[in-house]
Amino acid sequence: MADETITTPPDRSPADQQPAWREDFPIDWPQDQYVERRDFMKFLVLTSGALAVGQLWIAGQNWLRKARGLPPRRRIASLADLPVGGSLVFQYPEELDNCVLVRVAARDVVAYSQKCTHLSCAVIPRPDQGVLHCPCHEGLFDLRSGSPIAGPPSRPLPRILVEIRGEDIYAIGIEIRTI
Amino acid sequence: MARQPASRDQRATVVYGMLGFVLIVVVLQLWLLTATMNAFLGGDDGVVTPAAIVSIVCLALNVGLLRYLHRLER
Repeated sequence: MADETITTPPDRSPADQQPAWREDFPIDWPQDQYVERRDFMKFLVLTSGALAVGQLWIAGQNWLRKARGLPPRRRIASLADLPVGGSLVFQYPEELDNCVLVRVAARDVVAYSQKCTHLSCAVIPRPDQGVLHCPCHEGLFDLRSGSPIAGPPSRPLPRILVEIRGEDIYAIGIEIRTI
Repeated sequence: MARQPASRDQRATVVYGMLGFVLIVVVLQLWLLTATMNAFLGGDDGVVTPAAIVSIVCLALNVGLLRYLHRLER
């Protein structure tokens, strides 16, 4: 192991070809590189731990979502309040979950979460164009399906399942989709 | 017969190999996290638990390699 004490210059050339200052400030470059790589590996293992913690966090959130169960059935509007081609914002299932309801025909309504699936900006319905528009990054969603048709969003808007009973419109659940 | 401690060159070769392996595993974990988050936000919860298990296994593998490297230095 005697070679481990020798100072090796970066270009590994003989000592007599090295500048004079290297004798005063000797650095063992191979050893230095070894320590650097080892420390980088430690950092990568730390990153690996952070990524694993992130996965566990998602698993925890998934468990919480399942534990909450199905959202309640709730009356959200009356057909009389909403003309054909009109829209209104309501909260479902929690008070901070804004959703948008659009009446597309006399007895046909659609409802979606108002949060854009890109960066959670509020989408604005444009029934005359058949789209929901996200003004933040010019995202467009199809009004009939909630699927993204332009801009950065890649997932459809969560669909609020609605039911019309008589003149009343009820929200009865949420359908979250990847496609 | 007592085992000879690894020389510096041997250790350097080992650490380079491990580094490459750990780097690939970390990139795999990063991809797994983004794919799982996308699936979770889309309501597809079937992949969440298997992905978490795979990520933990990757972490265990990386920690094992790091421990081996420390043993090599003793």
